[in-house]
Amino acid sequence: MSTCYPKKAANLASRVLKGEAIIMNPVDSSLFSLNETATAIWEAADGRTTLQEIVEREVCPRFEIDSESALRDAEEVVHALAEHSILLVSEEPADE
Amino acid sequence: MTATNIVIGGTGIEVASNRGDFLAMLERQYAEFASPVANSSIRLTVDVVDQAAASAGDEDLRVQREAGCWSITRGDFEARYDQVRRRGTVRQDVNRHSIDSVIRIIHTLALASEGGLLLHAASAIRNGSAFVFAGRSGAGKTTLSRHAPADACLLSDEISYVRKAGETFLAWGTPFTGELGTPGANQSAPVKALCFLRQAEENRLVPIEKAEALRQLLTNVLFFADDPDMVRQVFDTAGELVGCTETFQLNFTQGGAAWELIQ
Repeated sequence: MSTCYPKKAANLASRVLKGEAIIMNPVDSSLFSLNETATAIWEAADGRTTLQEIVEREVCPRFEIDSESALRDAEEVVHALAEHSILLVSEEPADE
Repeated sequence: MTATNIVIGGTGIEVASNRGDFLAMLERQYAEFASPVANSSIRLTVDVVDQAAASAGDEDLRVQREAGCWSITRGDFEARYDQVRRRGTVRQDVNRHSIDSVIRIIHTLALASEGGLLLHAASAIRNGSAFVFAGRSGAGKTTLSRHAPADACLLSDEISYVRKAGETFLAWGTPFTGELGTPGANQSAPVKALCFLRQAEENRLVPIEKAEALRQLLTNVLFFADDPDMVRQVFDTAGELVGCTETFQLNFTQGGAAWELIQ
């Protein structure tokens, strides 16, 4: 999964307040709260950056975590968000 | 056919009906929010029918877009509202609760695109600033309102109206009452603080994080329409309100001493 390309799902409503993202799916008004680490991944999920790059660039330096643990945690976060259709995960980078 | 104008938050709704007794009832119900001056941007025509013809049983509220118009239905009324033309029709029997619900819903629809919200909240003006006390049924909105000191101007004990005005939000009085049964004052002021109510053993104002405030605020927003674009607008407005307002949990006791914290 480290080479996957996570991308924020379209048409969600979201707001980041002091490092914590609150995300709403306006179709069913379901609400999701992300901690700071998950928010960092969410914000960087542009569909053109691999999860490993996101972890190395956004998570490890900011939260002082080793890359192996951070990547393992990040994979769990991405898996959970993808299950709720908050993130889309692709093996290929998204088009510009 | 005659009409009366009900102006809430600066937005007027002209209610026209073939029944003078119905309009007289509305004028009593909405008191200082009712005006004979025809300056309303929204017009509703109410067809007052007998109870048997109006009732469709215990049907729950539904607010759906159909052929470019809003269809707003509940067991006790049927309404259609064209948001572009700002014209609507209501079919109900002669009672004040049905039209009151329709007016609330039309305000939520109008506010969504204007950066405003209707909230499950009491609100009051004190020292020139508005304080909003959010909480669902049983949270203590009416209890707190009942103990408001003389220098506090009560805007509502049940449903509060807030709308963006430049870089801030204004809270407006509403005639929508809870157990207190008294309409709010028809006044407005900039919102200084958003307080989430919690009945407690002591009176204490506890600052809360913005993310937590947004989560709590969203549970107190009145919005009924099944429309993702408008839900997104409501979410954005709630986020803006939280972002530009002080946010607290207000722990309060049954007496009125908590008002000493509201300055």
